[in-house]
Amino acid sequence: MQFFFEVLIGGLLAGVMYSLVALGFVLIYKASGVFNFAQGAMVFFAALTTVGFISMGVPFWLAAALALAAMTALAFLTERLVLRPLVNQPQITLFMATIGLTFFIEGVAQLTWGAQVHALDLGIADEPIEWLMDRTGMNISKFDLVASGIAAGLVTLLALFFNKTRTGRALRAVADDHQAALAVGISLQKIWVIVWTTAGFVALVTGLLWGARNGVQFALTFLALKALPVLVLGGFDSIAGAIVGGLIVGASEKLAEVYIGPHVGGGIESWFPYVLALAFLLVRPEGLFGERRIDRV
Amino acid sequence: MLYRETGQFKTDYASDQQLFPIRQDRIAVFVLLAVAYVGVPLAAQTPGLAGAIDFNYWFSGVLIPFLIFALAALGLNILTGYAGLLSLGTAAFMAVGAFAAYNFELRVPGMPMLLSFILAGAVAALIGIVFGLPSLRIRGFYLAVATLAAQFFVVWALTKFGWFSNYSSSGVITSQKIVVFGYAVDTPVKRYLLVLAIVSVMALAAKNMVRGAAGRAWMAVRDMDVAAEVVGIPIMRTKLLAFAISSFYCGVAGALYAFAYLGTVEPAGFELDLSFRILFMIIIGGVGSILGSFLGAAFIVLLPIFLDLSATSIERSFGFALPSGLVSNLTLIIFGALIVFFLVVEPLGLARLWQIAKEKLRLWPFPH
Repeated sequence: MQFFFEVLIGGLLAGVMYSLVALGFVLIYKASGVFNFAQGAMVFFAALTTVGFISMGVPFWLAAALALAAMTALAFLTERLVLRPLVNQPQITLFMATIGLTFFIEGVAQLTWGAQVHALDLGIADEPIEWLMDRTGMNISKFDLVASGIAAGLVTLLALFFNKTRTGRALRAVADDHQAALAVGISLQKIWVIVWTTAGFVALVTGLLWGARNGVQFALTFLALKALPVLVLGGFDSIAGAIVGGLIVGASEKLAEVYIGPHVGGGIESWFPYVLALAFLLVRPEGLFGERRIDRV
Repeated sequence: MLYRETGQFKTDYASDQQLFPIRQDRIAVFVLLAVAYVGVPLAAQTPGLAGAIDFNYWFSGVLIPFLIFALAALGLNILTGYAGLLSLGTAAFMAVGAFAAYNFELRVPGMPMLLSFILAGAVAALIGIVFGLPSLRIRGFYLAVATLAAQFFVVWALTKFGWFSNYSSSGVITSQKIVVFGYAVDTPVKRYLLVLAIVSVMALAAKNMVRGAAGRAWMAVRDMDVAAEVVGIPIMRTKLLAFAISSFYCGVAGALYAFAYLGTVEPAGFELDLSFRILFMIIIGGVGSILGSFLGAAFIVLLPIFLDLSATSIERSFGFALPSGLVSNLTLIIFGALIVFFLVVEPLGLARLWQIAKEKLRLWPFPH
């Protein structure tokens, strides 16, 4: 039983990290209806830029700020060169455009900073919490706990931003109805830049946390793929869904690996979340918290 | 002037509905086929040319992959372009085809090669139907994610279960020798002709299918599925048929990929990257166009070769070596930029540009 809880908590904490990636998707999908496949590449780019500046001798905070500036520039360019010309195109076209964007960002990131794996030290030790180890014998990493704390803080910040500020209200208006938002004088283009910058910020935080964990490397781009079942479970347009979905995926994939894995030869982590999401979709096609779609002829 | 259908009267329904209603198109297609079937192999036999151009490289490095990818793109185009169901699992269905063909050859004594290709396609079609079932409930991006489940599951299963690869290490299979009707297909030219024959027959079949009842039902479902249902198109059958036929094409393409192109494949060779490459082919070539599948495949196969060649020639003419990472990263950048560029400039792809060119040609030299 104790082992079960150890796996469960470990999975939940890993799930928080998935939620962070999924959050970046949800932000952009809500505001612009674009399914941004490039989020994983953005995570990679943000983390790599930070590490690159650090290796040039820039202090951590400045490096992170510079990376954020780079993400803002990226948001401007994306809006100007990709989103604006493609406005009013079918969603699928925009989705494919973001796949193109993914390749572009990956190429630029590696061209600028090189392709080798960089270590990133945030000053948080990745070791078990002794207090918990002594009391219950469970092995819970301190790093995971801090990362979840940061994630929780980020989500609170975003919730405040969305609900309590003028810009946040405009963002929600655009998410609800593009044309109505335009009619009351909200600039779509400005909102898109803001929302892509916000997603860039989320990508930066995600990239730093994952990078500190596994090293800043190309594999970070695959995070996007980890986030997809999370999105499907939670619904594409719900922040709460991204978080709950992340927790479910994190916990279930670790449990499945431990309890089902040995019977079928292991390595099922790669596809289990997808099959889980698929089974779930058959019951609720719009995810846990997603908006129900009504078709009209 | 030349390309004008004036005077070509259609007197019955059949002639109005034929595949290429304009005589010049028919001639062009026949010329193209003649060049592909006779001209290219003959050129390879000509001693003078064979010395100047490395035909073995052209056959096994360019033409064969082009035809195979075109076939896979054709399969994806049926699903995504005609039936409107976005799939990111193309490579998985190719993997199913490749491993199925290998196992049929391995386990059934005296199995004719063509039959095992067909059966490989059928196995892929079955798997396609299984993973297509969710499409009845879900659509759009949710479906794309569901097809990713196929992608990861198939690659995992082929790696994990040794039976599929006859218990070789890490699932690597080496294809058997291709023998068609007792005739060994062993040189690049022969393999090229075999692939060409299969691809042209299947392309013709696809062209026929999309103008017939099945194709029209697919397009109706793509454009608005609720409306299609209202006018009496069985949604379930139409969508599953699209999945089955698309997977059949991908399965045959996968079998050819293993047997006629690479010879040795492993499950890891059918990763998501390959699915994306095929998706790019249909985006750049033209979504919902048979011709587009070929144009897109040609583009995606030729672009890296072209970039490689230009990098080499730059190195040679300036006398310094480019860093090895530079070229591959530049390829990524150019690839990504081109995709965005194509979507912005012409969302319907190269096939649409070709169509516009034909429209212009019809009126030339007059503007209207």
